[in-house]
Amino acid sequence: MRVALELVRPSSGTLYRRPQLTIGYMPQRLQLDPTFPLSVKRFLCFARKGCDTATLRTALKETGAEHVIDAAMQHLSGGELQRVLLSRALLRQPDLLVLDEPVQGVDVHGQVELYHLISNIRDERNCGVLMVSHDLHLVMAATDRVLCLNRHICCSGTPAVVTSDPEYLKMYGHLALYQHDRNHHHDHGGCSCD
Amino acid sequence: MTTEAVLVIDDFLLRALLGGIGVALVAGPFGAFVVWRRLAYFGDTLAHSALLGVALGFLLHINLTLGVIIVCQLLALLLFFSQRQRQLASDTMLGIFSHGALSLGLVTLAFMPDVRIDLMAYLFGDILAIGNSDLLWIYLGGGGALAGLLWLWQPLLAITIHEDLARVEGVPVTRINGLFLALIALTVAVMMKVVGLLLVTSLLIIPAATARRFARNPEMMALLACLFGCAAVGGGLYGSFQWDTPTGPSIVVAACTFFALSFLVPIKR
Repeated sequence: MRVALELVRPSSGTLYRRPQLTIGYMPQRLQLDPTFPLSVKRFLCFARKGCDTATLRTALKETGAEHVIDAAMQHLSGGELQRVLLSRALLRQPDLLVLDEPVQGVDVHGQVELYHLISNIRDERNCGVLMVSHDLHLVMAATDRVLCLNRHICCSGTPAVVTSDPEYLKMYGHLALYQHDRNHHHDHGGCSCD
Repeated sequence: MTTEAVLVIDDFLLRALLGGIGVALVAGPFGAFVVWRRLAYFGDTLAHSALLGVALGFLLHINLTLGVIIVCQLLALLLFFSQRQRQLASDTMLGIFSHGALSLGLVTLAFMPDVRIDLMAYLFGDILAIGNSDLLWIYLGGGGALAGLLWLWQPLLAITIHEDLARVEGVPVTRINGLFLALIALTVAVMMKVVGLLLVTSLLIIPAATARRFARNPEMMALLACLFGCAAVGGGLYGSFQWDTPTGPSIVVAACTFFALSFLVPIKR
């Protein structure tokens, strides 16, 4: 993923990125020094030049975190912080949303909500979603294409293909996995890697 | 005391005050970044190279402040590149550079028998000896550093929040970080005269740390740090005259006092 974001050079192979591709990136964690006074509003302002409060409010509303707009970043709960990070990524009007373990530090109930939110965002905005996740249930249930990584690409394809791949079974075969019926609205763009 | 003597005292007191305030104004915003980005040890390392700069100044027959600036810049460059290696933890690396530079400075000066310097003045500052040329260095060098910082302000804040996120959003992180190091090296070099190389970092971090409790945004913290810095300079100078104590350390004691007192002020959250 860091290669896709052009944060590190690929050690082999080449990276092709569509010119003018706008990426909205949601990092795995944000560790702000407690001495750094920063409000949510100000934090969101860095996403793009010239943004007014109304735009910020809309972005927060989309992720259901409108109430924290004036709060200090350090006072947010795990779930609120993830929503604010997601709002910042959305403010960039991304073609591709890159999410690194987006539900880290969020309770189980909040995790379900967040995943639901991400899937809604994809359907509404029609943007691609590249997501790193260790959550096998989610990966198999809500994604179009899975890349299974363990130092190398073990296997890739639709969840159905991946779960029957011998390499995958060798690694995760002992986990009885619920295979989701994919005959509903998740059917364009986006892929996920584990 | 004759009128003339009073005037002379007033004159060097005024210069000390002007110099101290100039340094405090520059130290405020830089200090805020030093605190946010945990660069205290980094500032120390730069400051410790000052004696080497003094030696260089004598060797090349150039202005000593210029010598200090040159050596600080070179060290900043060295640190910038050494950050890319992953062999040693950064605090180990800084420790090596820091004590290495200080000792190398002392040894080099010992090899120059013609040079007699007041070591204490370099270690702990000699604000009362500030001359007009020093004032010029402080206000031109410090002013330049401050202007540079204002120019880099937004991208630097973005990097301070999250480096990778800033990079993805198009901030030229490496270039901005490099420029910032050069600016902070310049700041440390011009601050030397006031509090000395051993205490430079204190004037960066203590006012900024004091400002933290009262600040609601980064800019407010930087401005308040300037204010607390000026107050520390004023208080330190006054105390130094009142009780005949060394001025540099008195300024730091005043800064610490303000820091301690700031906890007595109730803050509503």
